[in-house]
Amino acid sequence: MIELEGLTKRYGEKTAVDHLTFTVRPGIVTGFLGPNGAGKSTTMRMILGLDRPTAGDVRIDGRHYDELKDPLTSIGALLEAKGAHPGRSARNHLLCLAQSNGIPDRRVREVLDTVGLTAVARKKAKGFSLGMGQRLGIAAALLGDPRILLFDEPVNGLDPEGILWVRTLMKSLAAEGRTVFVSSHLMSEMALTADHLVVIGQGRLLADTSMADFIARNSRSYVRIRSPQRERLLDVLHQAGITAVESGDGTLEVDGDKAEHIGELAARHQLVLHELSPQQASLEEAFMQLTAESVEYHAHSGTPVSPQQWGDDWKKG
Amino acid sequence: MATVQVVRSEWTKIRSVASTVWTLSLAVVVTIALGMLISALARSEFDRMSTQDRITFDPTFISFAGMSLGQLAMIVFGVLVVSNEYSTGMIRTSLAAVPQRGTFLFAKLAVATVLGLVVSMATSFAAFFLGQAMLGEHRASLGDDGVLRAVIGGGLYMTLIAVFSMGVATMLRSPMLSLGILVPFFFLISSILGYVDATKDVVRFLPDHAGSRIMQVVPPVGDDTPYGPWGGLGIMVLWVLAALVGGYVLLKRRDA
Repeated sequence: MIELEGLTKRYGEKTAVDHLTFTVRPGIVTGFLGPNGAGKSTTMRMILGLDRPTAGDVRIDGRHYDELKDPLTSIGALLEAKGAHPGRSARNHLLCLAQSNGIPDRRVREVLDTVGLTAVARKKAKGFSLGMGQRLGIAAALLGDPRILLFDEPVNGLDPEGILWVRTLMKSLAAEGRTVFVSSHLMSEMALTADHLVVIGQGRLLADTSMADFIARNSRSYVRIRSPQRERLLDVLHQAGITAVESGDGTLEVDGDKAEHIGELAARHQLVLHELSPQQASLEEAFMQLTAESVEYHAHSGTPVSPQQWGDDWKKG
Repeated sequence: MATVQVVRSEWTKIRSVASTVWTLSLAVVVTIALGMLISALARSEFDRMSTQDRITFDPTFISFAGMSLGQLAMIVFGVLVVSNEYSTGMIRTSLAAVPQRGTFLFAKLAVATVLGLVVSMATSFAAFFLGQAMLGEHRASLGDDGVLRAVIGGGLYMTLIAVFSMGVATMLRSPMLSLGILVPFFFLISSILGYVDATKDVVRFLPDHAGSRIMQVVPPVGDDTPYGPWGGLGIMVLWVLAALVGGYVLLKRRDA
């Protein structure tokens, strides 16, 4: 379990991480989502005791990072940067980490095998592809068989096969009861792996919710309709108590899952439809909207304003 | 966190990169070879020297002439041992594994210092014996007054140069910046200022000037250096300690 409490990091005037409070629980994959520059990596570095918080606190199973005895056996991390000396072999890289935490040498062989780098164990890291570098980083995270794992953008630079492997690995680690905290700037990636979601934008907490909840709340389903008899159709829908919204290019949108109902209405009134299609707003859109609002919020000082209102104010002005 | 574990880990680190081998071998080869060359030249020049030069002729010191260049390789060794961590991003992995930064720095410096000391001592003795062989009838012997002190001192001097560089690199982090300051300082500035009368009194207290005093057996005529061989080495040790304390304080405070 990782607990953040009012965690804040300021660099001079700039606030990179702003009063983050949330808990990463064991047994599930928790996705840490935010656009580039949102403060994900800074947060992860503070969890690992690498960067000092300006304010607030972060605890690993109730303790500060530097109070952990042999920390690699409690928490393993893959950080964004390739954290290995290019002139050192994969085996020696893992060996020096193992020795520093009193981890038996045989674990080096085991994790190399787990990540599929056994064949290149004696090769220098500089010859590694980005994907192999990520695998080496994951091997280092797994070295101490820790109960908590932290992955910063683990699928970056991986090929489709590698991405699938990372997803499966994270899920199986969580299924073993471990705490898995993984950052990404891609909502689509998170939707496939995470059970729980923590979203930040400009260092602030925007959402801390289960993935299922997030999907239910944010994936708006609607029906898109095109008809040459638009005015009549609008009347018919209005009479049936259905609100249709025009969406720019002459199509109409109706919230909810009402395609069949609308089709029947149109048939009854002998209306010609060129399109009647159920749509689903993507999670990526929902995420973009969520984080875009955080940008708006910061642009104004004080009251949160929805983008719609902001647009209207601008027109009036 | 057992310090022994971290020392073992740092030993694995230092022995598993090529830079350790090439910097140290370069230090050995350059120091010995240049010392032999200059000793051979001194022997052939001896008969043409003035009486005064013959009186102050210091065969021991001459055999260490290669250190002026060899110390540059020791500087590179010291800088790379530390700044490799930063230039490769390894530092984050290392500090996540060993969050006790004092222990981390101590183990790293201890391993590099012991290795540096072994290599420097061997180099100093080799440079002395091979240099004396080149000097022929003008040679000094290890049993002569002050010679053993000078040879052991030579090994200590080279080691301290490397440790000083480690301290500076811990403060500056970047290998280029560290080398860009240390190399010109020891190779150019320090020796140029030594020839300028106005700065002479200050230069005496710079680490390389003060430290190299221990390698002299026969002081130059009119020598008014205000410290002895061990005093000079003591001044150098103070410089090294200052660099290490500076490095430790910054490492402790800074974000990795």
